[in-house]
This record gives sequence, C-alpha cells and structure tokens, in this order.
Amino acid sequence: MKDDKNLNRNAAPETNETYSLNDDRRVKVLSPGALVVKRFFRNTLSVVGLGMIIAMFLFSFLGGFISPYGEDQIFYTYTDMKKNYVSATKNDVFRYQSAEGQSFSSTLQAKFQLAYNQKKDVFDYQGVSYLVEELGEDFYSISADGTELAVAYKDIVNAADDTSPVPYALKRAALVAYCNHEDRFSLDGKTYKVTEDGDVREGKENIAYISRFIVQAAEPGLNITRAFKEKLETALDSGETEFRYTDESGEEAVYTLEYKPGSMTWNVLQDKSTFVKDTYGRPSKAHPLGTDGNGMDMLTRLMYGGRVSLVIGFIVVFIAAFLGVLFGGISGYFGGWVDNLIMRIVDVFYCIPSTPLIIILGAAMDAMQVEPRIRMLYLMLILGFLSWPGIARLIRGQILSLREQEFMTATEACGISVPRRIFYHLIPNVIPQLIVICTMDLGSTILTEATLSFLGLGVKFPFASWGNIINDVNNSFVMTNYWFIWIPAGICLLISVLGFNFIGDGLRDAFDPKMKR
Amino acid sequence: MRKFILKRLALSVLILFCVTFIIYLLMRCLPASFVESRAMQLATAPGAKPYEEWLAQLNAMYGLDKNIFMGYLGWLKDFCTGNFGDSWKYTVPVVEKFNDTVWLSFIMGAISFFFELIIAVPLGVIAATKQYSRTDYAISTFALIGISLPSFFFATLLKLFFSVKLGWFDLVGLVSRNYNQLTPFGQFMDKANHLVLPIVTLTIVSIGATMRYVRTNMLEVLNADYIRTARAKGLSERKVIYHHAFRNTLIPLVTIIGGSLPALFSGALITEQLFGIPGIGYASYYAMVIGDIPFSMFYMTFLAVLTLLGNLIADILYAVVDPRVRIA
Repeated sequence: MKDDKNLNRNAAPETNETYSLNDDRRVKVLSPGALVVKRFFRNTLSVVGLGMIIAMFLFSFLGGFISPYGEDQIFYTYTDMKKNYVSATKNDVFRYQSAEGQSFSSTLQAKFQLAYNQKKDVFDYQGVSYLVEELGEDFYSISADGTELAVAYKDIVNAADDTSPVPYALKRAALVAYCNHEDRFSLDGKTYKVTEDGDVREGKENIAYISRFIVQAAEPGLNITRAFKEKLETALDSGETEFRYTDESGEEAVYTLEYKPGSMTWNVLQDKSTFVKDTYGRPSKAHPLGTDGNGMDMLTRLMYGGRVSLVIGFIVVFIAAFLGVLFGGISGYFGGWVDNLIMRIVDVFYCIPSTPLIIILGAAMDAMQVEPRIRMLYLMLILGFLSWPGIARLIRGQILSLREQEFMTATEACGISVPRRIFYHLIPNVIPQLIVICTMDLGSTILTEATLSFLGLGVKFPFASWGNIINDVNNSFVMTNYWFIWIPAGICLLISVLGFNFIGDGLRDAFDPKMKR
Repeated sequence: MRKFILKRLALSVLILFCVTFIIYLLMRCLPASFVESRAMQLATAPGAKPYEEWLAQLNAMYGLDKNIFMGYLGWLKDFCTGNFGDSWKYTVPVVEKFNDTVWLSFIMGAISFFFELIIAVPLGVIAATKQYSRTDYAISTFALIGISLPSFFFATLLKLFFSVKLGWFDLVGLVSRNYNQLTPFGQFMDKANHLVLPIVTLTIVSIGATMRYVRTNMLEVLNADYIRTARAKGLSERKVIYHHAFRNTLIPLVTIIGGSLPALFSGALITEQLFGIPGIGYASYYAMVIGDIPFSMFYMTFLAVLTLLGNLIADILYAVVDPRVRIA
C-alpha cells in the first residue's frame, strides 16, 4: 500500500513537469540493445524471417499435441483388390477312365490318341488289337477281345457332392446320353434325366453334372459350388469378361475373367475388399496431406519431422558454438604456441572434406545397425564436432583485436582472473558476431541434416525428419504421382532455413553500428 | 613472397599428413567393411571355404592384415610414389576410374560456376547500389532462397516440371537410348541436353552466396572515402559505380575463385546422384558407402589437396590483385 503511494507520487510530477529545451531527458535515449532491436524490427525481411521461424516452431512443437494422430501411427483402409479366385480351363484333351477291373496304361492312351488323330478305329499294341468305338461326340470306348477296357472323354462328369465319386457305369451311361444329346437314359432299372446344361438327375435329385470346364481353386481349401461353376460357364460361353455372383452366405462379388493364352486358362479374379495399410492415400478430411508409404498421416509426420530437424539444428549449433567459443577464446587470448596449435587443428578440420566424411560415418552406422534413437545422437555429435572450427576462427579473430583495447588493460590492472577476463569481459563483446553466425549455421545445419536423411544416412525410420520424408522421391512413381508426399516437406525445409537466414541477415545489419538506419 | 609460399606449402604438407591419417583411421575402424561383406558373400557360395578363412585371405590380399599405423605408412609410401592402388568397388586402378569420371563433373562445375558469376556479380552490384530499394529486397530474397533451397528438393522440382510435366528432358542419365545412332554432333547435343537440369540446379543453389558476398563488398566499397571523392569531383553515377567501385569489388571475388577450386573437381554428389550423371560425385558416393578404401582415400586426399591449394592460390592472388596486401 505504502509502496503504491510512493510510486504514484513519483510518477505524477513526471507527466506535468516541463523540461527546458536543452534538457537531455527530452530526448529518448535507447540502450545499444534497444537500438539493435529497433533496427532489427525495421528490417522487413528479418521480421518476415522471425514470423516464418515462429510459425515453423508452432507447427512442429504445438502441432504434435494438436494432431490427433501419433508420429508412427499406421492407418488401414479397405481397398478393392482383385484376387485370384479360381482358374478355369476348357478341357480339350482326352481323359480316360478304365472300366472296373481293367487297366488302361499310358502307352495305350498314347496309341489311342494316335489312332484318333489318324481317324482309325483299330490300333495294335504288343500283338493285341484294340477296337475304338465312337459312342458320341468326343466320347469313345476302347475294347479288346470284346471287353471294354476304358472310355475316353472330354466332357467331365462331376459328382454333385464331392464326397462320393460317380461309378464307372453311371458315368459312361450319362456321357453316352449327354454326348448324343439325349435327355434321359436308364441304368440298372433306374431312369436318369440329363438336362441341356449337363445336369444328371435321378428323379428330382441331382446326382452329377457334366461340363467341359475344369475349375480349380486358387487357394487350397476353397470349395467351389456348382452354382458358381455354372455361372462361370455361362459367362465363358457368352464371352463375357465380368459377372456377379452371390454365394451361399449372401455375399455378392464381382468376378473378372482373364484369359491366359499361354496356358489356355481363364483366371477368375474376385474383387474383394481387403484390409490393407492406407499407403499414399490422397489428401482427405481425415488426412489433410494424405498418408505416406507406410500408411502414416503425412501432416503429423511433418510436424514431428520438424521437431527432429529443428532440435537437431539447435543442439548441433550449441555444440559447435560451445567448442568454438572455448577454443577460439583460448586461442585468441593466449596467442603464441597455444594459438598456433589450436589454429593448426582448425586448419586440419577445415581441410577434411566434411560431406564425404559424414557419408562414410553414416554408412558405417548403417552397417552397425545403430538403433535410430542413438543414431540421432551420434549424428548431432558428428555434425557439431565438424562445424566448430568456423566459429573458433571467428571468435579468435575478434578476440585478437579486442584484447589490445584499453578495457582489457583495465581488467588486468584490477587483477581479475584469466578465465573471468576471457569469459566475462571478452566473450560478451563477441556475442553479436556469435549470434549472427549461429543463426546462419542453424539454417545450414538443418540443410545438412536434411540432405543426409534424404540420402538415407541421417535420421532413420521410425523417426520422421523433413529430409527422410522427401527421400520417397527416389521412387519416381511417387515423385510424379504423389506430390503431397514430398512438396510440403520441401516447403517446410525451405521456410525454416530461409527464416534463419533472414533473421541472421537482419541481425548482422542490426548489430552493425555503421548502419545508417 | 617465396618464403611465404614455401612456409605455407610446408604447413600444408603437415596438415595433409594429419588429414589423411584421420581419414585412414576412420576408414579402417569402420565395422562391416568392404572386406567383411565380400568374405561373407564368398563364404555362402556352395563348397566355399568358411568365412574366417576367406576373411584372412582377403585381408592379406587387400593389405589389411597390418595394424592401422603400419597400414597407413604403407598407404602413404604408395601414395607418395604415385601408386594409388586399385579401386575395390570398380576393380580398375583408382586413377583410371577417377579420370573417367572427374572431367564430366569438372565440365558441369565449370559451366555452372561461369553462370553463377555472370548472374551473381551484376545482381549483387545492382542490389548494393540500390540498397533498401524494392530491387534490393527482391534480389536479396532471391539470393537467400537460393542459399536456403535444399538442392535435392530443387532438383526434384525441376525434374517434375521439366522432365515429367513438360517432357523436355530425360529424367535421369547422361545419354539417351538412341545415343549410339547419333552423329558426333548429335551425341554432343544429347549430352548437353542431359546436362541442362543439373547445371541449372547447381547454378541456382550456389548463386545466392556469391551474390551476398558481392553485395556486401560493394556496399563496403561504396562507403569508402574515395567514392565520396569521386562523387565530389562530379563524376557521373555510372562512372563512379562501374569504374571506381566495381573494380575494387573484384578484389575479394578473387578469394571466391580460389575457394571454389575444390568445388569444381569434387563433383556434386546429390545433383549427380539425382540426375544419374556418372561424375566423380556419383562414383565416390558409392565407393564411400561400400567402404572402398583406396578410392575414398584418393578422392578425399585429392579434395584436401585442392582445398589447401585453393586457399594458397586465393592468398597469392589477393596479394597480386591488391598491392596494399603484403604477405609475410
């Protein structure tokens, strides 16, 4: 309460008091820091850059919390896939069935085929003469010495239920009737009906059906129903390439016929909705930027990728700045052989081709199968360790000139300790240059990391980084068809690096005391 | 001057010694090296010797049975006598493979460097003379975008627009399918056609830094006293800028030319890979990834030598161009 009053009393006269014309208080005096800030904000580009960086930070760090999905959450979808269901072949070779108690060897089968081709009705084999008798269209019986050995047929008799095979006599009789286009036959005192499309009925009951097609299931254990076969046959006969069929459980599916001239078979493909990973999904309401090759939400990946890229950038620059200030400071302050040694080390680092070196180390980590999380750590250390010499050189140059100034003589005269002199009196004077070079380095580090990840040598799956998101363009199909995979990541990368460069540039101008504005 | 050069050269040799040793050390320490994977592969062949025997044999064959330090001395001796060894991946002498690929990269690098200079220098000068104008902002933004543009992203964008959408260029490769049926001139044009996009990529990506550099230097020169004098004499602005200021901007540019010497020969790794150009960047990338020690060592040593040489040349040129600079 008392303080408040005091404050008010102090504030009151200031507003009323009028200064004389040459009073210093009439002029607003800004501290050097405030001047820098003022200059910085007068530069349009640096403000734009600041805006870009803030936007990228919000996008990356807040985005991850706002996004309803996880970094490596995989999405699935139903998709219509054509799956091989059955294959159908029109039988155009003779099949043989020997009569009960007889045998019909494959040599005899070949002999019969020969006789059939030459349209002979007798053939000899090992002194036995075989008689061929045509019982109907593409249906022959072969007999020797008056006993029937076998029948040769192209139309196939299938039992209505797969469990009990059709006996020989019934098969023969049915085929005789079917091949001669008769509608009924009798056997053993029973009368059977044969319909036009090959059904064999005893009374009302279907006992078998005759068909020229062999239908084989693509997968074992698949039971192909009669009705499906019929549907397939009608489709084949009428030359259709597609038909619908509703199976017993009431599921309707579209089947596509595909003729394979090589094996003379029709492949029947079933359109079935399958549960798969939603890869390269188009942008939609649920996924504004679609999904990537692993079925993960692209926008969320971008956000987490931004985190990785930015964090790696900051840590690397921090390591580089720490080492650079330490060695540059020591080198510049002490001079002499220490300076010489450190500068030669810097020269060596300058001379090592860094890109090839990082590539070799990346490939080595690939070979060692370093765990992705550890790998990220190594990556930061390597990048940081390779980029300190630039900073060290800059700091040393600055300190060399600062060291000769009067205030340093004053610190010496006051007996301030050496580390304190370096780190409290010299380094703060180098901060402006340090900030500028660090900001610029941030941009270039992010670029380096992205390039490495793009080559597949940096940040690895399951972690996202903008670079490894763009890595997908190595597949030119993705490049041409799925722009939403790689263009947003590239734009994010461009915006962040550009933002850092704008800020760095603006800061350099703002820190420059010679600057006119 | 001579003393300076000699001193620098001696220092360079020392630095080179350290650099090559570090690289050699790294390459030897790598696990799952070329030899190991090769031994693994040979051991899986039917009826082959076991892995350990293959490994020992290959190590002896490739001279890796010595310890690292002796190995390095051996390499150094071979290197100094001009025996650079055979590339393990390409199974030809290193120099031969290098010679096959480096000139293509050099041509690409030289052309893009030329374009870079003729675009960046005028733009930098214009930006400096019209400081804080709209033109300056536009040029600066363009330059910074160039610096910030990831080369792989830009190259892919170019490919998407010019190769896929417009169909003007092939997607990858140095020659077309009908290359062998073309006349010599046609072959030349074919190669030139395939190099357009890589060169554009290289130019745009590197233009920004040079432009910024020219602008900064030009600004410094424009603030100098002699420019004020020139203006005070009543010279036309044109004359002041292009006669008095511009010439002095060229001095720092010389350092850039010296500094870009290694870049001309090192090849553009990413660009070459994306466009399938069989240059040195492409060849060295695959050699490095597979752990081909002779080739990688040669390539990296070559780059280190060029870097040192580039710095030296830049310093000497600086003294030659600017008589005020004295090197001791």
